[in-house]
Formats: sequence, C-alpha cells, structure tokens
Amino acid sequence: MSYKTEELLAVCIARLIRARPTRHIAVGAASPVPAAAAWLCVKQGDPLHLSLLHKRSGNPFTDGSRELFDLTGQGRIDLFFLGGGQIDGQANINLIGTGAWPGLEVRFPGSFGSAFMYYMSGRTILFREEHSPRVLVDRVAHISAPGTSEPGVFRRGHAQALVTGRCVFDFHPDLGRFSLASYHAGESVESIRAMTGFEFDVPEGVGETPAPSDAELALLRGAVCDEMLETYPDFCARVFERKAAA
Amino acid sequence: MAASIPDGAMVAVPPDNSIPSVALAKALIRRRARGLRLVGVPISGFATDILIGAGCVAEVNTSAVTLGEAGFAPRFSAALKAGTLVVRDATCPAMHTMLQAAEKGVPFMPLRGLIGSDILANRPDWMVIESPFGPLIGGSREKITLLPALHPDVAVFHAVMADSAGNVWVGRRRECATIAHASQRSLVTVERVVEGNFLEDERLCPGAINATYISGIAIAERGAQPSALLDEYGFDTDYVMAYARAAKTEAGFAEWCAEHVFDNQAVAAE
Repeated sequence: MSYKTEELLAVCIARLIRARPTRHIAVGAASPVPAAAAWLCVKQGDPLHLSLLHKRSGNPFTDGSRELFDLTGQGRIDLFFLGGGQIDGQANINLIGTGAWPGLEVRFPGSFGSAFMYYMSGRTILFREEHSPRVLVDRVAHISAPGTSEPGVFRRGHAQALVTGRCVFDFHPDLGRFSLASYHAGESVESIRAMTGFEFDVPEGVGETPAPSDAELALLRGAVCDEMLETYPDFCARVFERKAAA
Repeated sequence: MAASIPDGAMVAVPPDNSIPSVALAKALIRRRARGLRLVGVPISGFATDILIGAGCVAEVNTSAVTLGEAGFAPRFSAALKAGTLVVRDATCPAMHTMLQAAEKGVPFMPLRGLIGSDILANRPDWMVIESPFGPLIGGSREKITLLPALHPDVAVFHAVMADSAGNVWVGRRRECATIAHASQRSLVTVERVVEGNFLEDERLCPGAINATYISGIAIAERGAQPSALLDEYGFDTDYVMAYARAAKTEAGFAEWCAEHVFDNQAVAAE
C-alpha cells in the first residue's frame, strides 16, 4: 500500500515508543505526527496513558496548564516529544532563533516547556520532519534545552532518538552523539551524511526503515484519525484526506 | 475597562488555548495603549501579536509567541527585528512557578531543568544555588534555579460567565485563577452574566474564580474569538490564517487592524 511520509514517521515513532517500557506519554501542541504515533500504539492495544496538552474536549489537566509540569517534575511522564528550529550533534535543541540573542536573524516562536521537559521526562523523542543542513547543525545558535547536563544537575532523561523525514538516529547520552539507526526508502548513508550538518556514527548493518504495514496504515487512517480530527483538523485533511463533520 | 489599564502596566494574558480576552486586547489597541509589559501564561498567542503590531507593547515575558497551526507570530518577529520590542525568554513551568510564588506571597520558588540552557544565561534575575536540602548528585548538592515572584499589575482574560456575586467561571482553565491570584487586579470579559452564586453550586465552584480577585467584569459576546472558549466555540483557524497572511507586512497589519479592530467595536470592553 502506498503511504505518505507522515504515516511512515508516525509508524517509526510508534516503534520507538514500544522499544522501552512506557506507561504515560504527554504530547505537546504542534505535534500531530507524534500524537498519531501515540494513538497508533493505543489502538494496537498497548496499555498506555496519553495526555494530550491541547485537547479541547476532555483535556486531561484539571489543575491548570502547570499540572503537566508538576507531574513531569515528579517523574510521572515517561515520554515527551520535542522538535527544534535547529538540532545539533549533541542533541541540543534551539527553539529561540538564529543570529544574536534573542534570534535577531530568524526568530523561532520560543522554547515552550523544553528547558524543563527535556530534563524531567523519562525520555524524549526528538522529531523534525525537515532534514537539512540548516536544521541539523554542528552547533545550535542558542540552546533552548541541552542534550546532556553537567554533573550536579538533576536530570531524569535524555533524547532516545531523533526522527526526521530522511532517517532515524539513536542518541547516546554517555557519548553525547547520535548514531544512524535506519534511513527511509530512497535514502542512503551517503545521502544522509550529505544532508546532515553534524557528525554521527554509522553502526555496521544499518539498513532501510521498514515500510508501514497495511494494518498500521488502516489504523492510522481510521481509528487514529478519528481521535485526531478535533485537535489537528488541517493535519487530518492533508495527510488522511478526511475532514471533521461540520 | 481598557481605559483603566495605564500605559506601562504589566499585563498577564493567557494563550489561545486558555481563553484570552481578545475583546479587551482590541479595546487596548483602540485606546492606543503604550509601553505595556505583557506576561504570557505560559506562552503568548494571537492577542499578544495584535497588541505588538499596534505598538502597544514594550516588553513580553513569555515562553513562546505563536499562532499555532497558522505559524509564527508575524508582528512579534517584525518588532524584535526592528528593535522596538524586548523579549524576556522563559520556559513554560518557569512562568507558572514565578506566578505561583506571587500566589503564595513568597519572594521566590525553585525550579529544576534550566541549567545549561541559554534561557538561564539571559535571565540575570534568576539565580542558581546549591539546594540546602539535597539530594546529593555525584557527591555534591544539587544545583537548582531560584525564580523571583512575578506580580503582574493586571490579569486580563475571558470567562464563560459571571454571576450576581461577581464570581467568574472558567471551567478547567485554572491557570486563569493562578494569574488572578498573582495579579493586583483582574479584568474579565464574559459571554453572559447569570443569576445566582457559583460558589453555592458544588458542580460549578471548582471552575469558578472568587469575586475577591476580580476588579472588573464586562460582557463581550464571543470575546475570546478567534481563540477557543472551552466547549462553547473552537479556535477559528481560517480567521487566524488570514490574519497571519495580512500581518506579514506593517501595511497589511494596519489594513487588517482598521477592518477588524476599529470597525467592530465591543463597547463594553472599552
């Protein structure tokens, strides 16, 4: 069955979710692909608790928007997702901008909860569809949240992986480096290298990212899309070609 | 109501998913407010961008300024580039923590994370200490950041309704209660005023904010639009997309403003 890039990425992320024990996932505002991945795991029967920050009806938080941060501070969120205007080879993320502080060349929206969630979640999956040397840089212009922390700083988790439109990287916090986990159809180690601004390791036997199965695609386009229509109407229209009932 | 907010005031405003009073933001533009210091709780959205575009804002203390699915906030980006706006970058829980310190009437509160971020490097008002209570990490005491209490002059938000006693009802959007508690005054626009007292209704009282904290209420029907209002109406993506396109240029913003701010006045919010 043919599929869209977003569908492949959602399936990639779903596999990363399942790769480690996960009970509670929080998904932020501008994250339709990670949200689809988390819903896919739920619809495949994983016993997950999902907290979607921007869900309008049935929003999980009854104590204000600080509740997410309070429960993450306690260690009750196993997995969170972050992106970045820039991401570098040490998994530092930049949501501030380029040029002099505070982003006088190109200003990104800002750091949101990253400077807390990246440290305090059990782990983080980094997601950025654009995979180019301008996004994946050797060194970010500004650090919204660092990939690793100095001794003496309380840190519960790090990046598990970075998923892009071209490949999946694993992150190794002890080394402060990424390694290539798989490249998507149409890419190669060489093409990934050419489009990546940072150095990364290439383990032996790295191959192509497995394509989504028919069952995964059917779930994404059906039950997962049903859950996402209210929060991400544009995404559902574009990727799944479905509109919410008026 | 907008007339009671002086130039230079520190004004706390919730983002698009947390019932901002866009009606009151538009009234501030019409009264040609200047030098406002906005506080995004914990981020900033449409209301902040139009206030910046209209030249009402000197400074914004926030974790992000965004129009959601409609993309970057165009007037925010333009004002930063032009050097007419100061942004004090934070991270969401830091905004909550500074306001919670004000709620409790204490001078500061600690927050984890932050260390190693350039946000901290650019906040001379935040301070890293060694936690006197531990824990020990690698043999030394944990390093942790102290954030000063943040006391806005005015909290501005929208609510579904007010009652005869002057209580307002915001449902689960409890961050509106946090900013009401932390601010000197709270000005609230509402869809409607109803008879009775929410505090005497066991089902309504958890979503109510006590009149003690509320300084002014004005009826502004659909006063959060284009932002969403709980289960009453949704985020108007088309309206905000059209705004984002128009506001790419200063002239486009001025045209948008003439049509959408100066022509459709919600008089009660003035």
